[in-house]
Amino acid sequence: MLDLVWLVVVVPLVSGLGLLVWGKEGDRVGHLVGTVASAVAFVIGLVAFVQLLGRPEDDRSVAGTLFTWISSGPFHVDMAYRFDPLSALFVLLVTGVGTLIHVYSIGYMAHDERRRRFFAYLNLFVAAMLTLVLADDYLVLFLGWEGVGLASYLLIGFWQHKPSAAAAAKKAFVLNRVGDVGMALAIMLMFAQLGTSSIQAVNATVAGQASESVATALGLLLLLGACGKSAQVPLQAWLLDAMEGPTPVSALIHAATMVTAGVYLVVRSNGIFDAAPVAQTAVVVVGLVTLLAGAGIGCTKDDIKKALAGSTMSQIGYMMLAAGLGPAGYAFAIFHLVTHGFFKANMFLGAGSVMHGMSDDVDMRHYGALRRAMPVTFATFGLGYLAIIGFPGFSGFFSKDRIIEAAFGESFWVGLAALLGAGVTAFYMTRLMVMTFTSPKRWLDDVHPHESPRVMTVPLVVLAALSVLGGVLVLGGWIEHWLEPVVGHTEHHELAVPAWGMSIIVTAVVAVGVALAWSTYTRSPIAGTAPADADVSVLTRAGRHELYGNAVNDTLVVRPTRHLTRVLVFLDARLVDGLVRGLADRLGDTSQFLRTPQTGYVRSYALSILVGSLVVVLALLAVTLA
Amino acid sequence: MILSVLAATPLVGALVVTLMPRTAAAARTVKVVALAASLVALALALYVTARFDVAAGGYQLTEQHEWIGPLGVHYALGVNGIGLTLVLLTTVLVPIVLLAAWADRLPAARSVNSYLAWMLVLEALAIGVFCATDAFLFYVLFEATLIPIYFLIGSYGGAGRTYAAVKFLIYNLVGGLLMLASIVGLYVVTARAGDPTYLLSDLSGLDVGTTTERLLFLGFMAAFAIKAPLFPFHTWLPDAAGTATPATSVLMVSIIDKVGTFGMLRWCLELFPGASEWASPVVIMLAVVSILYGALLAIGQDDVRRLVAFTSVSHFGFIILGIFTFTHTATAGSTLYMFNHGLSTAALFLVTGMMVARRGSASISDFGGVQKVAPVLSGILLLAGLSSLSLPGLAPFVSEFMVLAGTFTRSVPAAVLATLGIVLAALYILIMYQRTMTGPLQPEVEHLRDLDHREVAALAPAVVLIVGLGFFPQPLLDLVNPAVDEVVSHVGVGDPAPRTPADLDGISFSGSYAPMSELTDTEGGH
Repeated sequence: MLDLVWLVVVVPLVSGLGLLVWGKEGDRVGHLVGTVASAVAFVIGLVAFVQLLGRPEDDRSVAGTLFTWISSGPFHVDMAYRFDPLSALFVLLVTGVGTLIHVYSIGYMAHDERRRRFFAYLNLFVAAMLTLVLADDYLVLFLGWEGVGLASYLLIGFWQHKPSAAAAAKKAFVLNRVGDVGMALAIMLMFAQLGTSSIQAVNATVAGQASESVATALGLLLLLGACGKSAQVPLQAWLLDAMEGPTPVSALIHAATMVTAGVYLVVRSNGIFDAAPVAQTAVVVVGLVTLLAGAGIGCTKDDIKKALAGSTMSQIGYMMLAAGLGPAGYAFAIFHLVTHGFFKANMFLGAGSVMHGMSDDVDMRHYGALRRAMPVTFATFGLGYLAIIGFPGFSGFFSKDRIIEAAFGESFWVGLAALLGAGVTAFYMTRLMVMTFTSPKRWLDDVHPHESPRVMTVPLVVLAALSVLGGVLVLGGWIEHWLEPVVGHTEHHELAVPAWGMSIIVTAVVAVGVALAWSTYTRSPIAGTAPADADVSVLTRAGRHELYGNAVNDTLVVRPTRHLTRVLVFLDARLVDGLVRGLADRLGDTSQFLRTPQTGYVRSYALSILVGSLVVVLALLAVTLA
Repeated sequence: MILSVLAATPLVGALVVTLMPRTAAAARTVKVVALAASLVALALALYVTARFDVAAGGYQLTEQHEWIGPLGVHYALGVNGIGLTLVLLTTVLVPIVLLAAWADRLPAARSVNSYLAWMLVLEALAIGVFCATDAFLFYVLFEATLIPIYFLIGSYGGAGRTYAAVKFLIYNLVGGLLMLASIVGLYVVTARAGDPTYLLSDLSGLDVGTTTERLLFLGFMAAFAIKAPLFPFHTWLPDAAGTATPATSVLMVSIIDKVGTFGMLRWCLELFPGASEWASPVVIMLAVVSILYGALLAIGQDDVRRLVAFTSVSHFGFIILGIFTFTHTATAGSTLYMFNHGLSTAALFLVTGMMVARRGSASISDFGGVQKVAPVLSGILLLAGLSSLSLPGLAPFVSEFMVLAGTFTRSVPAAVLATLGIVLAALYILIMYQRTMTGPLQPEVEHLRDLDHREVAALAPAVVLIVGLGFFPQPLLDLVNPAVDEVVSHVGVGDPAPRTPADLDGISFSGSYAPMSELTDTEGGH
């Protein structure tokens, strides 16, 4: 199976394309075909993973070339793939969580007349994401990178009759394109400096021979790409709007898999980043800023999906931070990425289940007391909640702890900020739990919350179990060991406080966050409508407005571009065209040739031929006489 | 001989179509005959491709007859990989265009016979231009293409067609005149050196002195820059494309405008390599301006046809940028781009044309929510749009990236500025798509029909090629590589060697990357 591992891409790709061109007769079974395709990819991935596991450690990497993609002179790119410990984890995460979300969507999208198309897009997403993680060449990776961007665009805008959804889709694509400029330039730089875009060759050469300035430039350009895809500051503004997409999309693409691609990119490019301390520092700073910004946004949003989206930003900030720490953090970045994939997909699907029962209302101020109405959703969401805040024993406890430890190993202040983030995470997640499930009911009489069908709750249960148990990956240092062939040996810094002491400190901070939120949101009844902006603190207002990211983009980029465009349209008609026309008019004044457009145009053509012939004859004469 | 036959086929078709009765009853037969002629031409082009020896390179299937002895003018044809690629583009697109134009509503008192005949004449001339290996013959055919386009715009276009047709004509005539001066100059130069000649093979080794070379170059370049079109000579294009029928726009922008960029490669670079290098800083600057300027103007358009025209200004900027970088990667990218842009823009012009014909308006603000009633139309518009913004996996990406990567090795600022174009491209396509296809369904487009079978059949080949060449561009690249090698080595600039080449065989390295020896046994796994 290892030689055929590329089939994980082909199966969902063929299924997705097939579903797109299949006519109405495909509507009845389209969703099943899509789900089976994803499941088949998972099985292939699982078998390949087991086979990889069975190999000796130094032989856990299978690479191959499907065909030559582009070859011209010095420019050569193979459609090359590599299945190694890092890509194997991603294949399992993408196809595993992906399949669960396919199953869930059968129920969630049951009443949508375009369900077949939805599954086609999901399949295409899976294919593109797998291309991204299996690519052994940066240009092939870029193919998957833009492929997931397209799938994301199509799925955010899936309900495109809603202007907000269409606008959000476009915004996501365009902001990602800004990041793509960085990616594209990085690949060009690779060709110019190293003559190849093979991931292995580039990293090995940069790590060994290239100058540090090349490594730094590559690192910063790749980071720009990563910021776009992973919604990191300053390209974060699209992620909250992306919640316009159907909730399974938010779970799969905008929480569990696609948005973590930036982290994957940094970890995959460890040869570059290890050789570029400046770029690594930039990664840490981006991660830290996003970690805190996302958490701040999460604290203030009443829209359950946007609160979760803020949380996603923040958690990816953790991963980014870890990835920026170099060999001390790579393995933990991936570890947190995997556990986050479990518990965040779980909670997003839980939120979808809540919306399903609440007539698609997303405002948590209209929720309350759903604990009783939706017991399965509550229980599974609760387990996800415990995982994300880092309750001892749950997956998030292990993965976040490792990152905070590693951050303290880097610097006290970085560690402190990461620690603070854990407290804020506990605060906003508790707020969300209280407002949704445990506080008194605030829904109106004509709303009848009900538990979702089995096809939706079963994936929830599976993901909840994974959220609880995901921590086993780190037992005995398994994940560090597993990833060692790719990211190198995980360095452990000696901290002033022993590891168990660190865990106690983190848990205490988390407890404070929980307690604060609990007391704030249970002390007085939650209002059915949000207090006006004027009545809340500056910080809350900033969080509600997503830290004014949209305003900044508007002022600095969108409006200037719009004005520039208008001015240019005006100038093109008046100045550029006018100049050339003016010139023609002048000529028309002085000779019969080039009359003004309104008169004698056919004659002018005939004349020009005459003039042309005359010139030829004169030249002939001139040469002959000379 | 085969190239002459190929070029004559559409001409014969045009003649037959002209002689057929101009009644409504015969219209269908007329269309079938025209389509059949274009399909025969396509079959012949494929036959030519099959006979073309890719490995051998150079000009093949040549024919040469003396035409005007005293002037040294020959009727000389031949194709290299670049010319053949464009012949293929022409013969692939014309049947698509004819099928798409099947139901075009023509102005009163205009017969479908002449409409289709002019298109076939244009096809014949285009094939001739791409095959001509005599500068004089090239010039004559180049100028002759103006006549069919002039009539196609002026007689069959929409409102404002006369103005647009004349503007088109005047712009291009001015360029043509400047080129004529250079053509005459070539005669003077070769006549003084011995026998006058216009044969490419004789001219490409010509040594004429720096000033003369530059002057001659400028004459050719002016004509090509207007044709391509390069900023600031582009303003005829939006007016022309804004009034022409979609079919005419495709023939004009996808095929005939390529004569401009093709001419730069074949005539400017081969005849005047020194002058081309001399002019390259300015040309590169104008190309970069074209890329950004065309994209910004496309964003600002409300007329969807003008929007597509401005996207082409931007794309032509990429093609010209690649040509004047003189690296193999960029030149091959530009050649491939000519083909891919032809497909992508054809799909875009035709599908927007179908929208416009249904709505009776080309204004973007007159649409909205069309996706709901016409999903197939909207899907193809999106795919064509994504190819225009060079999404990886679709054909134009490969060529655009090669142009950028090839440029980067020569001029980092030009490459960086040009790369910003990919953000603007996303804006002009997605804003247009958002405003026309998404959002609530506008009452005026409530009953807009989706594409019928004929329309899907017309667009399908373009769509299939756009996707197919996105993943498998190699057959075309194999075709153009030898010819590109010849052009690039003729100019003599070439690709700079990578500063720290990655040695795939035995590299010493530190860090966590797997031993490089592993890279050598990557075939198929273990």
